Amino acid sequence: MEPEAQAAVWMKSRAAVWSQWIAQSQSPSRQLTVEQAHHRVERYRAIARDLTIARKLAPRSAATTALESLYRSSHLRIDAAARHSVSSLLRLFGDEIPEVIATLRPTILWLALLMLVGALTGGWLISTYPDLISLIASQEMINKVQHGELWTDNLLSVTPPALLSVTILSNNIFVSITAFCAGVLFGLGAFYIVAFNGLMLGAMFAFTHQYGMDGALLRFVSAHGLVELSVICVAGAAGVALGESLIRPTLPTRLESFQFAASRVGRVLLACAILLIGCGLIEGFISPNPGVPFLSRIVIGICWWVLMLLFLSGRLFRQRQAKSVVADASSNTHSIPPGPIAQV
Amino acid sequence: MDRQQLRIAGLTGVEITLDIAGAGSRSLAFIIDWHIRLLGALAWFLLVSAIGISTHLNAATRSVAAIVIVPALAIYLLYHPILEIFTRGTPGKRMAGVRIVTRQGGTPSMGAMLIRNVFRLIDSLPFLYVAGLVCCLFSAQHVRIGDMAAGTLLILSDVESEASLGRLSAQLTGSKLAPNVIEIVNELLRRWHLLDTIRRDKVARLVLGSADTSLTAEALAPLGDAELYRRLKALYGT
Repeated sequence: MEPEAQAAVWMKSRAAVWSQWIAQSQSPSRQLTVEQAHHRVERYRAIARDLTIARKLAPRSAATTALESLYRSSHLRIDAAARHSVSSLLRLFGDEIPEVIATLRPTILWLALLMLVGALTGGWLISTYPDLISLIASQEMINKVQHGELWTDNLLSVTPPALLSVTILSNNIFVSITAFCAGVLFGLGAFYIVAFNGLMLGAMFAFTHQYGMDGALLRFVSAHGLVELSVICVAGAAGVALGESLIRPTLPTRLESFQFAASRVGRVLLACAILLIGCGLIEGFISPNPGVPFLSRIVIGICWWVLMLLFLSGRLFRQRQAKSVVADASSNTHSIPPGPIAQV
Repeated sequence: MDRQQLRIAGLTGVEITLDIAGAGSRSLAFIIDWHIRLLGALAWFLLVSAIGISTHLNAATRSVAAIVIVPALAIYLLYHPILEIFTRGTPGKRMAGVRIVTRQGGTPSMGAMLIRNVFRLIDSLPFLYVAGLVCCLFSAQHVRIGDMAAGTLLILSDVESEASLGRLSAQLTGSKLAPNVIEIVNELLRRWHLLDTIRRDKVARLVLGSADTSLTAEALAPLGDAELYRRLKALYGT
């Protein structure tokens, strides 16, 4: 038989199956049973087999092109990451993020030191050259302080706490993401953002000190500031890790190394976002509230910081994770039908 | 211009060819999405204004401004992250015929989508995604920095080819025509309006003549363009 005739016979013989595949490929893919998933994998293999034959018998035919397309879309459906379950989230927060934090710990400490140096520098600069405050603070803020008022005073009478929280937490998340992404500039961007935040903090304290309002500022930041600044250091450390992957690639190419580092340390941003949501809520509801005493603010600030340490070290999740694993194991044991091992 | 392709081994070992979307397709998708999110944000703004909230705006009621502005900004800024993380694409990408895949040709994870979107911050610098566009133009697989970080790329989706297999197999089972003739008719009908009239009529007469031997060249010669198209469609059964 000639190749063309052979191809024609083969195509005719497969046409009904292809129609079936097309119909099946258009059905929604969510919530498959094990049997359906198994069937899908078998279909993927069958498409690959037909594609190989089509490429050989009729390489430039429309059928081959269409089979190529069907194979591609089947591949996309098969080669997909598992959906996130509760246990995978517990694994993320209990193991994966703490593991990354552990590797980033020296960088976080260095960045905290950098922030401190920045704060001291900012404080010294404004104490020595008070006019420089116009480079850091807006004219409105300067005027308020000069009139014996903090820019945070009466915040709650202007904006409801919930909206204030949303505005603050979105701004903080933005700063953290910037600190992370700026790491792409060989880590220098992250250093700059951390140092600049420290400089601003020191400068603002020095400026308010000149008008005897540094105590009020400390009172405002005491409940949320510790965690907020720590999170900026953590996000900055993740950014530095990105930069390091470009400077000293651990994989054959810089691109691969960068991608690996981004996917590994990027998880930390999720933890940072959660912590900053907490900070936003504190900053919106507690910090501007004049009715909350200073001691309570200090206690909240320290407790929130300890909670952050437990969260980032994974201790908050390990016990639950262990319970979840035990529950999974026991449910698996029940589902195993009695076989030779059970009989032994 | 030839499309840039990426060849990868499928899970069965059979090679897959992916058509990489260039800067043009990506820009088109972005422009569509940009309009959708801008219109969405504007719609919110106008809707809230229309129901009279904005008429009471003044310096003392900034919270009202926040009710108008914050959700509108959220629509504008969270459009890409939310849609890409939860639906693996955006309306603009679907309309432009592109989709996001991993470098291995698979569906990206939620984490990869998150990283891809976080890096929009860098790609959008200094304005209107100039950094992303420049990176796209000069990188090997036309990817922006976010794609590099997430290990993703944009490919051209080919829904039409898949649909053509459905049509072809239906023809193969229901028609007495040879598969190669069906393919030619299929292709000719698909590209009918793109072809030169004289040439397409010539090919149509050849195809109709070979499909039905009772039709002579003399019988086919007087048939006009519209009649040839009608007969081809009848032959194809559509």
